Amino acid sequence: MRWTNYARGGSARNAEQGSAGVPPAVARAPRPRSVGLTASTLILLSTLILSGAAPEKHFTVYSVAANYSLSLVQREGRDYVGLLEVLEPLGKVRSKSDGARWRLRYNNVEGDFEVGKSRARIQGLDTELGGRFLVENKRGLVPVSALSSILPRFLGGPVTLHEDSGRLFIGSVATHFTASLATDNSSRLVFNFTGPVNPTVATEPGKLRMTFSREPVVAPASSTLTFGSKAIQSASYSESNGTAVVTVNSTIPVIASFSNDGRTVTISPSSAAAAAAQNGTPAAAGTPAPSEPPAAANNAGPQVFRRYFAVIDASHGGEDHGETLSASLLEKDVTVALARSLRQELESRGITTLVLRDSDANLSLDQRAIFANADHAAIYVALHAASNGHGVRVYTALLPFGDDDRGPFRSWTLAQHGSLPLSRSTASAVAAELQKRQIPVRTLGASLRPLNNLTGAAIAVEVAPQGSELSQLTAPDYQQLITSAVATAIAATHDQLGAAP
Amino acid sequence: MIPRHLLIAMAVLLVAVLGLTFYALRMRRTAAATPLASTDTRPLAPPISGPTERITLFVAHDDDGSLRAQSALIPLPSGRQQRTEELLRALVSLYLDKSSPHVLGSGADVRSVFLVDPGVAIIDLNSAFADTHRSGVLVEELTVASLIHTISANTPGILKVKILVDGKERETLAGHADLSAFYDVTAINQLASQLQSAQ
Ligand SMILES: [Zn+2]
Repeated sequence: MRWTNYARGGSARNAEQGSAGVPPAVARAPRPRSVGLTASTLILLSTLILSGAAPEKHFTVYSVAANYSLSLVQREGRDYVGLLEVLEPLGKVRSKSDGARWRLRYNNVEGDFEVGKSRARIQGLDTELGGRFLVENKRGLVPVSALSSILPRFLGGPVTLHEDSGRLFIGSVATHFTASLATDNSSRLVFNFTGPVNPTVATEPGKLRMTFSREPVVAPASSTLTFGSKAIQSASYSESNGTAVVTVNSTIPVIASFSNDGRTVTISPSSAAAAAAQNGTPAAAGTPAPSEPPAAANNAGPQVFRRYFAVIDASHGGEDHGETLSASLLEKDVTVALARSLRQELESRGITTLVLRDSDANLSLDQRAIFANADHAAIYVALHAASNGHGVRVYTALLPFGDDDRGPFRSWTLAQHGSLPLSRSTASAVAAELQKRQIPVRTLGASLRPLNNLTGAAIAVEVAPQGSELSQLTAPDYQQLITSAVATAIAATHDQLGAAP
Repeated sequence: MIPRHLLIAMAVLLVAVLGLTFYALRMRRTAAATPLASTDTRPLAPPISGPTERITLFVAHDDDGSLRAQSALIPLPSGRQQRTEELLRALVSLYLDKSSPHVLGSGADVRSVFLVDPGVAIIDLNSAFADTHRSGVLVEELTVASLIHTISANTPGILKVKILVDGKERETLAGHADLSAFYDVTAINQLASQLQSAQ
């Protein structure tokens, strides 16, 4: 019995390798199951393709790491989905099939499934599937409804499942929107989204439809919004088959235009309609907007739900010891002590703080970033300890020069791009505070994951002893000297950090 | 509806066909090139006995966490790829000396360097290099910056660098420096200038 490895799909990192012509050693071996296929299978396959197929049901997953769509299959009167396919783009997945047993390992979490059983064990805990587990061609299938109980166990964080419309949100990734008439022109409707969008736009008489297949757009407070404009009367929201649709109802032909890096969509009369309007049509620009509230959607404004202002990451943990500082001192233990001290210092300054690893747990770099991103933490601080050098080093992500990642999707490896200036100013503030306390400090860029994967301000702090005494790293007063400086700097930049999206 | 595994299988098969076609074409080209090479009277793959050249190594110093330029005279072969390999070997052999300012573990070596156009260099380190490397953000960063800045300063045209260990991709050098992605030479140059002004 052997594990089958699955590479992370769809990441920019992999795409980059492909185009760069890495020598053969890097190329991953093709999956063994392809070997037995013959030309006759090919012919059979092409016949199948040509014969046409019933419309497929789609299922879309939205996460910080990637947004992707999967096909559903109907079994036993329910929608089923391949569990491996759901997890593959999110991290390292391996599966193992042995008779009726099917085991799946995602990063360090193991799940044990059995064909025909409606219960599984994930990370040692019984999990109800709400339907029988199936295996087809070594592919483990679970009812879609089971994802809301299975995934939190594997991913270690919350998910939101819209079962009827086939949409799954991992962490707080949702894109909210408001819609209101332009203040200067009531025949223009302005949609503001909390993240960039790139919908497919279709028009038919009296309607403009925007279909969001890859964006985690979610419903406003009310699914139908009415506007006090004769030209644009209402908009409605619906979702189905893995997509969200916003339909604008108008009395004149309208067009959609995009601005603000894809965050703003303006619906306005198409030029023909605008020309007619200038010739005296009542729906013309300048009609005073009625006093009734423009749209209920305003209540669902672009507020960011943030449980913790600061996320402190005690780097390493579990099998990853970090640096072996001495025979009896591991970096992973020093970082936890530093993290606890920093939390205390931040909380005493009124800053809500989450310590990502408060025990000797294994936490992958992706998981750390997903936690911090899902929380929309205003500041992420990774802590490291080192025997090398003196004092403290404060790092920000070292990103490729000039790479602009402003498309509708943020690439996982460049997620930090937009927040880098804020990260750098925070690092400078931290360095200034440490200097005030006579601690040698320098700020540097570093290719140190997961700094590049964080969407908000992110720094890493590496603490070395001031002199040659390694024992200083475990001395509570030295730890506090450093963590109080970091906390003071974060408190001083609180408003700047908190204002970032 | 076509089962997904069949689609995957077909895609894999197609890739295999394309791969074999490419391989066959390559083999044919290599075969065609062989007679030409045999009439070439120039020596094939000279050992490292080319003319001695003055080059600049960017050497890491642990005492103050800096990267300092140091010139050296070494014999360099004429091929661009072999030159780059020899350059890195000169750098690594300096670090193998126990009295060096940034000691690497014994047995550390550069297996090979591939220059892939346009502008991509792939440095393949041996496993001893990574397995014996000290762990730490700065100590690993110094090694990476020293390797990359040394080749980019002496071999023009390199834009991106990928570091492999024993021919395989590795997550980090020794727990910190990210080896999973490509390094951008411009970003490393900027880092190198930060590192040259020591703490
Ligand atoms: Zn560390």
